[in-house]
Amino acid sequence: MTHEEIIREIIAPSGTSRAAERSQLLQYLCQIQHQCSYIPGDAITQLATRLQMPASEIQGLIGFYAFLHEQPRGDYDILLSDSISDHLLGSRLLLQQLCNRLGVAPGVPRADGRVTVDTTSCTGICDQGPAMLLNGRVISRLTDRRIDHICALIEASTAVTQWPAEFFQVDDNIRRRDLLLSEETAAATMDGKALRVLLETDGNAILDVIEKSGLRGRGGAGFRTGMKWRFCRQAESDSRYVVCNADEGEPGTFKDRVLLNSYADSVFEGMTLCAGVVGASRGYLYLRGEYRYLLEPLQAVLRQRREKGLLGQCILGKDGFDFDIEIHLGAGAYICGEESSLIESLEGKRGIPRNRPPFPVTHGYLNQPTVVNNVETFMAAAKIAVLGADWFRQAGTPESTGTKLLSICGDCERPGIYEYPFGVTIKQVLEDCGAVNTQAIQVAGAAGTTLPVADNGRRIAFEDVSTGGSFMVFNNDRDLLDMVQNFSHFFVHESCGFCTPCRVGGSLLKNLVDKLVNGHATHYDVGEMKQIGSLMKRASHCGLGSTAPNPVLDLLNHFPQLVESRLAHSGYEPAFDLDAALQEARDITGRDDPGAHIRTET
Amino acid sequence: MSSKNTFMLDGVAIEFSEGDTIMDAALRSGSYIPHLCHNPEFRPHGSCRVCVVNINGRQVSSCTQPASAGLEVDNSSEDLVQERRNLLQMLFVEGNHVCPGCEKSGACQLQAVAYYTGMLSPQYTHFFPQRSVDASHPDTAIDFNRCILCELCVRASRDVDHKDVFSISGRGIGSHLVVNSPSGKLGDSAFAATDKAAHVCPVGAILPKHRGYEQPIGSRLYDRSPISIVGDVAAHESDDQGDTHGR
Repeated sequence: MTHEEIIREIIAPSGTSRAAERSQLLQYLCQIQHQCSYIPGDAITQLATRLQMPASEIQGLIGFYAFLHEQPRGDYDILLSDSISDHLLGSRLLLQQLCNRLGVAPGVPRADGRVTVDTTSCTGICDQGPAMLLNGRVISRLTDRRIDHICALIEASTAVTQWPAEFFQVDDNIRRRDLLLSEETAAATMDGKALRVLLETDGNAILDVIEKSGLRGRGGAGFRTGMKWRFCRQAESDSRYVVCNADEGEPGTFKDRVLLNSYADSVFEGMTLCAGVVGASRGYLYLRGEYRYLLEPLQAVLRQRREKGLLGQCILGKDGFDFDIEIHLGAGAYICGEESSLIESLEGKRGIPRNRPPFPVTHGYLNQPTVVNNVETFMAAAKIAVLGADWFRQAGTPESTGTKLLSICGDCERPGIYEYPFGVTIKQVLEDCGAVNTQAIQVAGAAGTTLPVADNGRRIAFEDVSTGGSFMVFNNDRDLLDMVQNFSHFFVHESCGFCTPCRVGGSLLKNLVDKLVNGHATHYDVGEMKQIGSLMKRASHCGLGSTAPNPVLDLLNHFPQLVESRLAHSGYEPAFDLDAALQEARDITGRDDPGAHIRTET
Repeated sequence: MSSKNTFMLDGVAIEFSEGDTIMDAALRSGSYIPHLCHNPEFRPHGSCRVCVVNINGRQVSSCTQPASAGLEVDNSSEDLVQERRNLLQMLFVEGNHVCPGCEKSGACQLQAVAYYTGMLSPQYTHFFPQRSVDASHPDTAIDFNRCILCELCVRASRDVDHKDVFSISGRGIGSHLVVNSPSGKLGDSAFAATDKAAHVCPVGAILPKHRGYEQPIGSRLYDRSPISIVGDVAAHESDDQGDTHGR
């Protein structure tokens, strides 16, 4: 098919309202990007006409999402995962190798249009990295041999469908099972058992059980799930929505990947249960673009549930219990894990966090009452409905009931998924995953907390060290500044740009971290970092901005000796580097001799 | 005055009506909270963060925070003023703001708020971004060097002019204003100098052509009184004097 035909097919009028079609805009663009390798100008013009919206707004959308492009990418579009966990496994050397072998510079398509090589934020394959996305599909366990093999396949123009299947293998790596993942409770939510409980009792009874269980949101924020559902149920409206947040973007988090791969039915059961309780007839699973390879299998699970009468009209034969789920893809934007950005993105817009109040439970998707919960939360809710509040409360602490899935990676022998009762000590986790010679632990990802190993008596719980799942281990051979630098670059890449402190402060902070890494920072710069970081924490518009300085502030607070050892021994060092400023002139004149450099004395 | 409908702003009781934000009520009572992206004619935005205030140890943007009875709002503690200064410094280093060479100097809200908060220098390292000037329109020029992403022109063109001339593209530090036209140039768009969008820019990014420096420095909008008394530059755009551009 030509691009023109592809576009015509994708954006063919669906017969629904213009508002409904407009909320499909991002999905149209994802499909066009996937099939054409870019969004041609024609597509933008046609979409603008069809949806009666300014073309510049569509361009604004493309400019916002990292996976959408107005210029063609290579036939083979490679995005190497650039998380610190990939770095620990040697991804930066592999990137160099890839570029050298293919003769490309990062981000620039090769002249023959065959290939582009670029980096992307954490792909969630941290337990079996380094990883890359190839035309949207995950390739795990990269080695220099595998890279050579990949280069050969590209040069031979081998169709991706003909590539060795083991390249695309992604394992679950479940190392510890507890309440949710245990074999004994596996049958609890099968064949709509939770929905049957709902029909045998009523929504209030389910709400009571969920509230009694003490279940709190598993994405990290820990809002009480029962309360959220109740607010949504009580909100005045004719239509309500249930949204599953599967935009698992926090670096080092990959537990939702596993749940969606092997427990999708339980997750959908939880969403349907929620729909029955709050009175929603429509649900969305917002799947991060990095997990596109899970789209087809998830659609298959949805089809099976429809066939079994667990989705669609009159669920389990109950009149008026109508609910169905649609999967929306993200397109490379970490901010869309924030619930109000996610809703904006679902509506087909740039993922800018909304002003709150009002909150999504009363004014969410299309301004209607909406429950947004994490993948793990929905699965837990479904099990609680069947097995009861006491079953759930047997594990955990009074404030943090139940269990938590941790995704562990970094310097340990056995990376993977560990399900622990809340309250487990960090020491226990480190022992179980085979971490030795540990220097520091990063809990809850880039937005989380850096802890020195001396703090290993602390516990994983909402009231102590809270996490959405990420748990990264760094041994004594690692330079923690690499991690801090990686995270500060990550936040600059992922800031939505809406508010001043995050947009500008984040960039200033990144530049200061670079200065520190390069050995040019002074005590004055340390003071600047503290001041900018604290401003970002207090004044930012959303959680991204207020957590973005955490890695830097934790470094300054917990590892002052490390920082001190890297400072330049002068009171002030200029941010302006004379020699670097001459680079453009050197490039133009083709000179690189000593006379073309200014050496500053150190 | 019923205590039900008042909150305290720096110890002064402020009356409010149902649906008011803290900013709405403060402005109506004549109390000044520094702001840039807020303009009472448009829906609150909350992006510049200059209007942050302290409530119970938490910071919120007063332009988006609903007023409620009994709130104790801090709008003037030294920490808060320092924070606003830092936010302004961030805006100054993000773009290319060269006041002495800017037609808007003296009638610029960014400059006036900076004076008001006592900002003396940009402090941070300048980004010196490479941005362009769009002079393609016969009556109006855009100097992107001075854009602070308040989105007032976006809102005005969309909500009042119904022309959708402006949008934001990119993200993070790469966020930028774009013009809705085939060439991306203002001259190719539906924009007219009589549009609302031509009269809401708080800085010198969107400027009328064909006149310059008609109003001498020293007698411009904020030259004799501070912004806390004079108010927003956009509020003076429709004045008979209409002196904001030095006419």
